[in-house]
Amino acid sequence: MKGFWHDAVEFFPILMSGVVLTIVVTIGSLLLSTVLGLVWAMMRVSGIKALSMLSASLINVIRGIPIIVLLFYLYFVMPDLGVTLSALQAAILGLGIAYSAYQAENFRAGIEAIDKGQIEAAQSIGMGWWLTMRRVVLPQAVRIVLPPYGNVMIMMLKDSSQASTITVAELALQGKLIASSTFKNTNVFTMVALMYLTMSIPLILLVRHVEKRAGKK
Amino acid sequence: MIELKDVHKSFGQNEVLKGITANVEKGEVVCVIGPSGSGKSTILRCINGLESYDRGEISVEGLKVDRDASSIVNVRTQVSMVFQRFNLFPHRTVLENVVEGPLYVKKEARVRALERGRALLAQVGLAEKADAHPPQLSGGQQQRVAIARALAMQPKAILFDEPTSALDPELVGDVLGVMRKLADDGMTMVVVTHEMGFARDVADRVLFIDGGVIVEQGPAKALLNQPQHPRTQDFLRRVLHPL
Repeated sequence: MKGFWHDAVEFFPILMSGVVLTIVVTIGSLLLSTVLGLVWAMMRVSGIKALSMLSASLINVIRGIPIIVLLFYLYFVMPDLGVTLSALQAAILGLGIAYSAYQAENFRAGIEAIDKGQIEAAQSIGMGWWLTMRRVVLPQAVRIVLPPYGNVMIMMLKDSSQASTITVAELALQGKLIASSTFKNTNVFTMVALMYLTMSIPLILLVRHVEKRAGKK
Repeated sequence: MIELKDVHKSFGQNEVLKGITANVEKGEVVCVIGPSGSGKSTILRCINGLESYDRGEISVEGLKVDRDASSIVNVRTQVSMVFQRFNLFPHRTVLENVVEGPLYVKKEARVRALERGRALLAQVGLAEKADAHPPQLSGGQQQRVAIARALAMQPKAILFDEPTSALDPELVGDVLGVMRKLADDGMTMVVVTHEMGFARDVADRVLFIDGGVIVEQGPAKALLNQPQHPRTQDFLRRVLHPL
């Protein structure tokens, strides 16, 4: 740990540029996975056999492929098929797709936890499927889904480091680059770990807060 | 107004309705009684399409009830339902529960819907609870909100599925009182109930159902005081004199 503070001051600006990309990747893939996850979940509970089977198989395919392979596929294979993505685009797309499977299962569990009587009450006042979802089911499912959603946010933040494998210069990759050029492994990776932790702690506190509120209801 | 013709319904191997034929006239109050598992609730749930039926035909004001057709929304806006377990929306206030249908299904103007919603809450004696959430209310209050929610759709008939069975005994009276007032105002009602006193005093007609068929039916007082069929006699004896 020799000269840790000295190194910290020196490397901080470079690592911060990595932090920015880490945040961009995390937020981007979080949004994408939420939207996709909602779509899969709605297809799954739609009551239309073809849609629900399609969604179930999609989820299984996505779940069965490691994130890193998905990223390689998007970044290295897609250009052969005529679709060229920047590293950042591929990272957000890959992580977003990978996480959409977990999001979908989480959302589905939330939707299916709603009492059938709620759906019947909605139907009995003439609501169709979509109105029932929007006005009755989803607003109640949100409360059930929120605590696990917070955990997904934390996992997403950490898994965004996998974007380094396709050259996105986020925090982990910046750390690795500095470490390999200065050989100050201990100081650099301690800083990287502390910076991830610093970003996680607000999320952890948020999850705890949300769980407490959900518990009260 | 509500017509059932030879309605059959099975859950898997279990045939719960074995040919139900019945009419409900406009303004009539019909109570459906019978042992549990006899198919009483299933009849109600078929009338507004919460449940499909296998054979026969159900129509409301000449409109065929088919839960897979888009016309089912028309049926449901004309025939409201009150559930045993209230099924109020817990994430909305009492007033929001009442105006949900008028606002989002019938697309009524907000001001008018809210005004009528408040009037309906006053009618069921809960004007001061408009801004409370359902879980804060007693069962009896929740059921009266559910009745207001049903009325808000301005239905031609209301189906009650054991509306007092989930209530503490001392709260039953309030709900039955509201229902009696509705009956006096000429609302068409089909009530599945174990409240024989209510059936005797308020109903025009009583159907006794057992094993998926209508065993006996007739004017309320006559059927409850002098049942003809041995199964009706047996059932009423057990309900009225359980010891």
